[in-house]
Amino acid sequence: MSSGSNVAVAAVPVSLHVNGILHNLQLEPRVSLLDVLRETIGLTGTKKGCNQGACGACTVLADGQRINSCLALAVQYAGLRITTIEGLVSSEGLHPVQAAFVKHDGFQCGYCTPGQICSAIGMLAEFRNGCPSAVTEDSSLTLSDEEIRERMSGNVCRCGAYKGIFDAIRETAATSESEARPQ
Amino acid sequence: MNNFAYTRAESVAAVPGLLTSGPRNKILGGGTNLVDLMRENIEQPGGLIDITRLPLAEITDLPEGGLRVGALVRNSQLAAHQHVRERFPVLSQAILMGASAQLRNMATTGGNLMQRTRCYYFYDSAARCNKRQPGAGCDALEGHNRIHAILGSSDACIATHPSDMCVAMSALDAVVQVTGTEGPRSIPIVDFHRLPGDRPDTDTNLRPDELITAVDLPPLAFATNSLYRKVRDRASYAFAIVSVAAVLETENGRIGNVRLALGGVAHKPWRAAIAEKQLHGEPATEESFRRAAEAELAPARARKHNGFKIELAKRLIVSVLSELSRKGTAQ
Repeated sequence: MSSGSNVAVAAVPVSLHVNGILHNLQLEPRVSLLDVLRETIGLTGTKKGCNQGACGACTVLADGQRINSCLALAVQYAGLRITTIEGLVSSEGLHPVQAAFVKHDGFQCGYCTPGQICSAIGMLAEFRNGCPSAVTEDSSLTLSDEEIRERMSGNVCRCGAYKGIFDAIRETAATSESEARPQ
Repeated sequence: MNNFAYTRAESVAAVPGLLTSGPRNKILGGGTNLVDLMRENIEQPGGLIDITRLPLAEITDLPEGGLRVGALVRNSQLAAHQHVRERFPVLSQAILMGASAQLRNMATTGGNLMQRTRCYYFYDSAARCNKRQPGAGCDALEGHNRIHAILGSSDACIATHPSDMCVAMSALDAVVQVTGTEGPRSIPIVDFHRLPGDRPDTDTNLRPDELITAVDLPPLAFATNSLYRKVRDRASYAFAIVSVAAVLETENGRIGNVRLALGGVAHKPWRAAIAEKQLHGEPATEESFRRAAEAELAPARARKHNGFKIELAKRLIVSVLSELSRKGTAQ
């Protein structure tokens, strides 16, 4: 860390909506959304893997869209609805994607899991909205195995639990229940 | 990461003044490249001007089938847009082959143009890099340079431009719309990025007071027959080793119109003007494509580890043009 170029910058007021709760915070502009979630708000479900946008462990949903919270400055996300892994459980229990990960053993160490699950939820929403991927053929839009793998390539699992992760997402995609659940 | 003053821009007109109001002020868009570089202390802006709340996130029709893409249109939004997919499929394909879905949801069109190189030595503050520190030297020249440039490089820098989107836009003759203290101007994308020369620290011809407001895609009816192909070290979520964007129109087996650009080979998206000129009017055959590829790559200069890129680029050109030739005939 070089300190020579640092300037005295006061914390600025930032209001973050996280999992339905409004947090009125004072933050330095350089603080990432990931660090605010974990260190300021105390939601440690979202994980810091590479901290450079390469692994996907920090994936959260911003207004329903999946993003890497490690590359997001928190100050930019004021006013957006942030959903983390902690916000997926409802009075009905686990989110269907969470339940499918348990059923299919979609993890070993579990460190990438919150990011995998948030990413899968964002991915299924993108698919329902007609967003193409790099392997989408011109007109057809079906969630093939190849499509799932391509669309989930931003989430790395160092344990190599991809088989269970894939099976969990495959099953969730096939059920209409996942489509009815809000984020 | 150094601390910095954060300002949310309230209007497009205010941005040039904000940019020049302090030393080392920079624009903040999606942040996917800038925040990463700041965390590595490679970028140390005095102030960030957040433009993401400005009304620059629309894709609008231009006359005769062209499109204006606002600077804040996210990569995912641009790739999914129906008119882009129908009229300029090469652009949608290129974007979808870049980064990950999460990053494409964040990254903006203007920010994609302003991406900095992924040269390892640029990212490693312990290495010498003329792009990071002018005059320091370049450790890539004698280092691990498998991913580095084969065209248009200099003895000061052999870094490549990392964008896929810009390669497709180069083939489409896109025009970058910018605005600065002296008003708006238009920059053809082929003139937007620079070759390194002896000033590799300067990536683009954008002036310090200028903001990208949009990228125009001029009407190009035959761009419906276009293709982006990318060779990389894994099947998804990796930067290009070599990529090709091409648009082809054939008439009675001969090449009527062709646009060709290469990625991963130079300091900027490489518009293959030599090949295009040679192909015009020629039979649409593999032999023609190969001759044009040979001509385009004739000035290529390999370093220790990247010589394979020369033949790879030639084969990729032949492969992509052959596929477009078949598709064009079938239509």
